[in-house]
Amino acid sequence: MEIRTDFNRRLREIQDDILIMGSMVETAIITSIKALKERDIDMAQQLINDDALINRKRFEIEEKCIKLIATQQPLAGDLRTIISVLNILTELERVGDYAAGISKIVLMIGNEEHLKPLIDIPRMADKTTLMLRESLDAFIKQDADKARAVIAEDDDVDNLYDQVFRELLTFMIEDPRTITRATRLIWAAHNLERSADRVTNICERIIYIVTGKMEELGASNY
Amino acid sequence: MTEYNLNGQTCRGDKIKAKNLNFYYGSFQALRDINLDIPGCAITAIIGPSGCGKSSFLRLLNRMNDLIYGSRIEGTIELDGKNIFDKEVDVVDLRKNVGMVFQKPNPFPISIFDNIAFGPKQHGKKSKIELEEIVENSLKKAALWDEVKDKLGQSALALSGGQQQRLCIARVLSVEPQVILMDEPCSALDPMATLKIEDLMRTLAKNYTIIIVTHNMQQAARVSDTTAFFMMEPDRAGSLVEYGLTSEIFTNPKDKRTEDYITGRFG
Repeated sequence: MEIRTDFNRRLREIQDDILIMGSMVETAIITSIKALKERDIDMAQQLINDDALINRKRFEIEEKCIKLIATQQPLAGDLRTIISVLNILTELERVGDYAAGISKIVLMIGNEEHLKPLIDIPRMADKTTLMLRESLDAFIKQDADKARAVIAEDDDVDNLYDQVFRELLTFMIEDPRTITRATRLIWAAHNLERSADRVTNICERIIYIVTGKMEELGASNY
Repeated sequence: MTEYNLNGQTCRGDKIKAKNLNFYYGSFQALRDINLDIPGCAITAIIGPSGCGKSSFLRLLNRMNDLIYGSRIEGTIELDGKNIFDKEVDVVDLRKNVGMVFQKPNPFPISIFDNIAFGPKQHGKKSKIELEEIVENSLKKAALWDEVKDKLGQSALALSGGQQQRLCIARVLSVEPQVILMDEPCSALDPMATLKIEDLMRTLAKNYTIIIVTHNMQQAARVSDTTAFFMMEPDRAGSLVEYGLTSEIFTNPKDKRTEDYITGRFG
């Protein structure tokens, strides 16, 4: 017979909620980049409004965690999981904010043509969302090695960001009239770079759940 | 020697040392191969499922099991480096040094004053002034003085459960022990009385070595500095699974069996 059936069920429910919130955040990133590429103001505005749903989900999960701590006195691995979930929630919510931030940049850009077709920024988004998916997979499987591997992938995002930055800098040096447009794209890229950093924070929490050790692994250059 | 960082202070696990300890009730082995270094000036909690030998271990520490017919001990328990099972050890002296508080408060059916004065009298303290001083000090240390100072002549049985338990702690303190053993000291008390005893334990831990057996995991987590987890082996002998800082045991136990027990997955 399984002991603590109710507690286990509620803990699994929280883990499932994290997956749901993770996929909401992933969709937000993908949509924000689509809106940026296509300069779709309606899509961007919708995404900014929908950020409230992510925030609401975050509070909903947080409340479940607090109730579980208050009523079930979780310990050891259970305690580490719940405390880490509270941290992961914050990280996910911030990634959602970055997606909303990119959408706000889309609103600023309006109908203005991009300087060039966007290639590396969508790549950064693909890489970041892949890292996010993998981190949540590592969370569910409680796989510290996988979490470490995801952290290592952050270098790719950083390199892409470097590339985007250098390229846009050349545009600005050549023609100062491009500064506004180039800066906005750098902001968008920076939001993605920060999102990937947040994913590495999530991975550090997963390592803590599994090993009980707090490791600072995702030290970014930015 | 095991060293612990307790509350920012390094404590050596050298107050009580159990070495290769085996304990039998007749042919039944109750404890197997216990090796445990308990630091002084700290609270050590012993946790584990029913029948895992934690109370048996506690009772060995002041040789209460001597009285059980057919019981047998192998190995040693050292208190300050001296084996308590040595023939020359006076068991009355040992029990004065290592006091015990039980699950249910057990005051004598006499006055509050006489309850506390009883032990010191047995150990030769006769003068009234001296006894009054001991009674007052012991009751103060047990955080009971203010509640009973005006009714020291009344029967101890008129006190509430929580007060009776603090009286029993005062009674132990009256003979100036070094070690206080507590076997489920709060299981018969309400939550407020329990918290009072726990506060008292934290205060006493500055000057005494306290070892508490408890089924209440939260209590062990709240009150103790180090925790020992005992478990029953397939032949029902109790053994020590894991021992370490309470903060570690309750957040990141090393042994899967400890994890399963404290998270309520078995036991």
